[in-house]
Amino acid sequence: MNTIFALAGVAIKELYRRKDFYVLFIITILICLVMASVNIFNDAKIVRYLKEISLLLIWISSLVIAITTTARQIPAERENRTLLPLLAKPLTRMQLILGKFLGCWIACGLTLLCFYIFFGALAASREHQLPLLNYFQAATLHWFMLGVVVALSLFGSLVFAAPSSNSTICFVFVAGILLVGRHLNQVAVTLAEPGRSITYAIYYAIPHLELFDVRDLIIHNWPLMAWKYFGLAILYALAYMAALLIAACLVFRRKAVN
Amino acid sequence: MSVILKTEKLHVAFSSREFRQTAKIALNSLDLEVNTGEVFGFLGPNGAGKTTTINVLLGFVPPTSGSASLFGIDVRQPIARQRIGYLPEMTYYYKFLTAEELLRFYARIFGLSRTEADTRIDRLLKLVELEPARKRPIKSYSKGMQQRVGLAQALINDPDLLILDEPTSGLDPLGRMKVREIIQRLKNEGKTVFFSSHELGEVETVCDRVSIIHQGELKAIGSVSEVMGQRASLEKAFLDIIGYQLQPAP
Repeated sequence: MNTIFALAGVAIKELYRRKDFYVLFIITILICLVMASVNIFNDAKIVRYLKEISLLLIWISSLVIAITTTARQIPAERENRTLLPLLAKPLTRMQLILGKFLGCWIACGLTLLCFYIFFGALAASREHQLPLLNYFQAATLHWFMLGVVVALSLFGSLVFAAPSSNSTICFVFVAGILLVGRHLNQVAVTLAEPGRSITYAIYYAIPHLELFDVRDLIIHNWPLMAWKYFGLAILYALAYMAALLIAACLVFRRKAVN
Repeated sequence: MSVILKTEKLHVAFSSREFRQTAKIALNSLDLEVNTGEVFGFLGPNGAGKTTTINVLLGFVPPTSGSASLFGIDVRQPIARQRIGYLPEMTYYYKFLTAEELLRFYARIFGLSRTEADTRIDRLLKLVELEPARKRPIKSYSKGMQQRVGLAQALINDPDLLILDEPTSGLDPLGRMKVREIIQRLKNEGKTVFFSSHELGEVETVCDRVSIIHQGELKAIGSVSEVMGQRASLEKAFLDIIGYQLQPAP
């Protein structure tokens, strides 16, 4: 476990010593602050729009950070040849994958924490209330969704040679799931065979990331979701993370190091 | 003297991805033995199979047939790497870390306690003369300094066997001299060093025994004087052994 945490520590250090996070964080803050300073149409409920746009920015930024940070981990180790001294230590390839995953996932969690603290402060300054449990549910589910994205990106980094191609494919895949994933079963009904079976197979195979999108809980101050469903969503994410990490370990086991 | 590194009839063939292309033989029936406490030079022209041999020893490439062992343990077992240090040819370490952080990271992989890690980091940074730069990020280091931090990471577990792949490649004469001094010091401490190099002068200076490999086959092995025989220099011996004919000047 110590080995995995050591590897995770390096991935976390990399995130906070690079400029990516700071740039995205500052851009998000600036956009949100500018929006918060104006009251368009004198709408009393304008704060909801502000929250919606701010959360959308946080979602986009977190996906950018998760995918780009993870996609370069193994290719950078290979390109800089640090993979060689690393694997020459008493360390298994599975530990390396788990360490990289844990590091990127924790780094994403810390990033989310910064974003949500800022968002909470902004929303509370306008609404004069802060439903902490709603924030907890939304942020936790968001973090677990990022866990699936990190595992997917890590798996992609072993399949696709260039981090840029891996990042692009991951972005398209994740955006596709978030935008149309939930409608695939409805599309399948309208198709003839074998298109119907194929579409159904895709519908059941893909991780339904849209299930973790509970932004409305904090935008509209809706009541908390049942903890039973919250727990099930976490288990669902953990199952996909495990499956993707096992696939990554199997691919990496056969991969030439040099 | 006990054998610390051994290969027996080691054969490595890389299958070609091209249709109807035969497999490329990288190593052919290679027998090597390195004894405890000796500095062993592993020589050969580019493409001779030096790096492939090292990759097999480190478990990166599985042998097609034959065997390789470190401390009597099959190299495919991760535990065989517990007592070795490895410095690959020109590596660009995590540039966002400092030398101290890098060494601490590798120390954690070996499961060293914090106190033990602190002691070793201090000692190694002094050994490789990077003490004044220990808090500076690696991205600000020169090539020579990066190579020396690489040498320090290879020594963090106080290894009994050090495997160095062209440790002086790309370094200026001063950098080479410093690396050579470190190898000499390790030899005096009783460490076993196995290193590949193209710098024959350096091999002649520091090695107890050398081997010459060409086209995946072992061509010569023995002490520097044994390999040189009646020839004037190790360079001349090397060229003769690999079958290179010097052309007379026009």
